[in-house]
Amino acid sequence: MSRYLRFLVPLAIFAVIAAFLFKGLDMNPREIPSPLIGKQVPEFSLPLLEQPGTLITNKDLLGKVYLLNVWATWCVSCRAEHETLVQLGRMNKVDIYGLNWKDERVAAQAWLKQLGNPYAANIFDKKGRTAIDLGVYGAPETFLVDAKGIIHYKHAGPVNPDLIRDKILPMVAELRKKG
Amino acid sequence: MMFVRSFLLSLFFLVIATPLHAATLAEYTFEDPQKAADFREVIDEMRCLVCQNESLAGSNAELAVDLRNEIFDMMTAGQNKDDIIRFMVARYGDFVLYDPPMKPSTYPLWFGPLVLLIIGALVLIRALRKKSVTQETELSNDEQQRLDTLLKQPSDSKDAKK
Repeated sequence: MSRYLRFLVPLAIFAVIAAFLFKGLDMNPREIPSPLIGKQVPEFSLPLLEQPGTLITNKDLLGKVYLLNVWATWCVSCRAEHETLVQLGRMNKVDIYGLNWKDERVAAQAWLKQLGNPYAANIFDKKGRTAIDLGVYGAPETFLVDAKGIIHYKHAGPVNPDLIRDKILPMVAELRKKG
Repeated sequence: MMFVRSFLLSLFFLVIATPLHAATLAEYTFEDPQKAADFREVIDEMRCLVCQNESLAGSNAELAVDLRNEIFDMMTAGQNKDDIIRFMVARYGDFVLYDPPMKPSTYPLWFGPLVLLIIGALVLIRALRKKSVTQETELSNDEQQRLDTLLKQPSDSKDAKK
């Protein structure tokens, strides 16, 4: 009996450690669970990127399911994901709003002209205060919001076509059905 | 030569890096020294979300600077440490806290080491007990007889013809 234990106990310990380490291999330390899932989009009132004189608030976005994409021209990964967003915009399946984060207005406008504009509108968050309320810690980040303004999903890092097809669009469809 | 130069260069940056870090906090002044101490404490306890192994106090990431400013403004406006912690956790989750709160999802974190310690102690006690038991074991009659005969044998009997 104890002879088996002598062999089995270390094996069990090894198996547990190996299981944790193996799980750790595909966990992303950048992916921090957001406490905002299930909560309202925070209140904001900010100018549009396109029209400095026009304010947009969180209430203007109520009534439809939409994606809120945090981006900036200084963000390299945003450039990498932009083409995916442009393609998503062409599909006409969900509105994308942009939160232009701590950016230069002229540079951001030029970026959209040059790379294509998939956004229904862009919120110009020069000081990054609304981004703080959204718990943004790096660009790009993408939130999925329902018609009542509740956040259902957040993706940190660039979105890719697989994620859009397998995760985001199915969730959009489901939220539309419910709401 | 190349090595010496790069070594000296890194030494130089190491030396100038420390006062630079200190300088980033000098801009935050409070009239109330207690507030100043609270401010230092709270930003020391918060993790910078960009460079995850740095505290908000120690990080020069832009987001850390923004958050320090925000916390400074909140404290100047009269909010206390708990308000700040609630503000930060509501946005970034428990992840921002270097000192995780005790709740069911963090029980393994808090009690895991204790459980491991207890298991280790039990194993150790068992092993020690077993050892002392074997030492005290007395020989059965048969074994004692065999031992006696073995001891009585003349020492050269080992070399008896094979």
